[in-house]
Amino acid sequence: MNDEFKLNCPVPIGDHATVQLAHGGGGRMMKNLIEGLFLPAFGAGQLAAEAANPAPPHDAAVLPVAGGTGLASGTRLAFTTDSFVVNPLFFPGGDIGELAVYGTVNDLAMAGAKPAWLSAGFILEEGFSLDSLRRIVESMAAAARAAGVRIVTGDTKVVDRGKADGVFINTSGIGWVPEGVEISPERVQPGDVILLSGDLGRHGMAVMSVREGLRFESDLESDCAPLAGLVEAMLAAGTAEVHCLRDLTRGGLAAALNEIASDARVGVEIDESAVPVTEPVASACELLGLDPLYVANEGRLVAFVSPASADRVLAAMHAHPAAITPARIGVVTSSHAGLVELCGPFGPGRILDLLSGEQMPRIC
Amino acid sequence: MKFLDEYRDAEAVRGLAAAIRAAATRPWNIMEICGGQTHTIVRYGLDRMLPPQIALIHGPGCPVCVTPVEIIDRAVVIAGRPEVIFCSFGDMLRVPGSRKDLFTVKSEGGDVRLVYSPMDAVALAQKHPDRQVVFFAIGFETTAPANAMAVVQAAKLRLPNFSILVSHVLVPPAMRAVLDSPLNRVQGFLAAGHVCTITGMDQYRPIAERYRVPIVVTGFEPVDILQGILMCVRQLEQGRCEVENQYARIVRPEGNRPALERIEEVFEVSPRKWRGIGEIPASGLALRESYAKFDAERRFPVAEITADEPTECIAGEILQGHRQPLECPAFGTLCTPDRPLGAPMVSTEGACAAYFRYRRREE
Repeated sequence: MNDEFKLNCPVPIGDHATVQLAHGGGGRMMKNLIEGLFLPAFGAGQLAAEAANPAPPHDAAVLPVAGGTGLASGTRLAFTTDSFVVNPLFFPGGDIGELAVYGTVNDLAMAGAKPAWLSAGFILEEGFSLDSLRRIVESMAAAARAAGVRIVTGDTKVVDRGKADGVFINTSGIGWVPEGVEISPERVQPGDVILLSGDLGRHGMAVMSVREGLRFESDLESDCAPLAGLVEAMLAAGTAEVHCLRDLTRGGLAAALNEIASDARVGVEIDESAVPVTEPVASACELLGLDPLYVANEGRLVAFVSPASADRVLAAMHAHPAAITPARIGVVTSSHAGLVELCGPFGPGRILDLLSGEQMPRIC
Repeated sequence: MKFLDEYRDAEAVRGLAAAIRAAATRPWNIMEICGGQTHTIVRYGLDRMLPPQIALIHGPGCPVCVTPVEIIDRAVVIAGRPEVIFCSFGDMLRVPGSRKDLFTVKSEGGDVRLVYSPMDAVALAQKHPDRQVVFFAIGFETTAPANAMAVVQAAKLRLPNFSILVSHVLVPPAMRAVLDSPLNRVQGFLAAGHVCTITGMDQYRPIAERYRVPIVVTGFEPVDILQGILMCVRQLEQGRCEVENQYARIVRPEGNRPALERIEEVFEVSPRKWRGIGEIPASGLALRESYAKFDAERRFPVAEITADEPTECIAGEILQGHRQPLECPAFGTLCTPDRPLGAPMVSTEGACAAYFRYRRREE
């Protein structure tokens, strides 16, 4: 296998010669960009054995620490990074600072890691209000305390007015993976029970309710929250029995389930009536012609758990405050690998597809 | 959710399906006009609950799908002009013209904005007097009143920098085109409830009489659709061909008078080309001469555009109900929502897109 990435190789990322917004929408176009451009390029340096059989991408990379580093052998680090470009910067139930901390903390937690340290990189637009920046930074500090992590390094860049939208934040995070914890899409197997930690769509609809040009009145608040404590409680209830975790962000539950069905080469069956959606979210979605299963969340996860321990793990979720209305929503099957099937109120199954980009409000 | 849950009630749905089974003694082909109805049918699997002799044929009522390629190409050219702010509903942005879509224009530096109402575009024109604001006015009778209102408002405000690119289409001429086709199989219609909210039911009576077809004005929830089918089947079985109203909680027989007056004031009936079908006489709306200065086509003359639709695509036959999406050899292979060949795959309301989203397992 030729492990050199050639930039002149035709990149199968669709027909576009330039970057489209949908390339970042959490749907098919983003998947194609990652699989067609980033993975072939950055995977080139790895060992031949790994290249031939690469581990499916996950929210955080789990890295074994090599001998001679002074750390106990077998110690594993989790490492992840995330950038935040939300508009508006302040929204009901949170702000970009809180998102930047919890987003990265949650990505570490999805690898089963205990988050420890974060970096914070700021790209600031000339003319951005220092008062707003102070609010964001204070909110990050409070979020870090709440999640039990420390922000230990950072970077600041200022760009010309018009070259950024107020503030962009990047955070990277490092955590420790406890012994015995093995969380990865590869471990998902037919028969696994799928658990969801709470109702869907609050973050996406809260942000939409205050977005320029769309404002609608509602009491909706973002579900933005750290999930590491919840994951710890779930792992305590069944360390080796929790096979995979994924937090629901862009693209919502539908994107998370599709990614795992595709990466683990299994089928997924979801009982639509078991998926909790609150009335305000459901109403706002109806009004705009959106499906809550595709709407973004910032404080929800799905877990793929062995059937024998599903009740125990679900009980642990019920006992933890970060799980709002946890529920058993479906199972993993060996049939229809790569597809997510939804069982609706009238029985017959339909496919829960990955969207091309973001959902668009409908015309009528 | 009040006003919704009762129309998605599983017991009511099963009861209606049983009533349809009991009522149908012979094969009947029923067309649901509206893409929103097609979506509900495929999403909830309503067609699978019907007895085998009832065939649902998916109609041409998706405004995004039937907007001709030439108009999209024209929109792309106008949106690319440096002085223009081009405003559109979200689902039009991804629809491919012959070379690109409006999202691509945006990524190339065009000022393309997603709005939720034509009045947002009027507000933008007030806010940016140095720019030309163009609103993409598409849709059936449902969206026409709001677009007419925007033009009236712009006239009142004497806005020299507001115009609309019109591609409005009308439902009754499309129904006639379907019925006039020598290949027609449709024996009864579920008319589009929201269109009738505006137009009322009178326009449909001459069609029911002349072509001897029952027409049931129908809503969009599972209970609505099955009830509409049941009413249609009963008419067919009894040899009646009337215009009935299943969606009486929303639709009044006379329609919405003020809305109709606005349409009448601003627009006149004109021939329109439908993507996948071709030109249908008197099937669309164009701005009246008195409002011609708000016509983006006149304000931004674009060289004559002609576009060919791909020959592999059977969109025309699908939009007229002659064939079903899964019968198309290009479905899901050459033609997907990311790379649509034809109209019914471009919008989420299109029949092919609905099958792609919900039914791929069955090929």
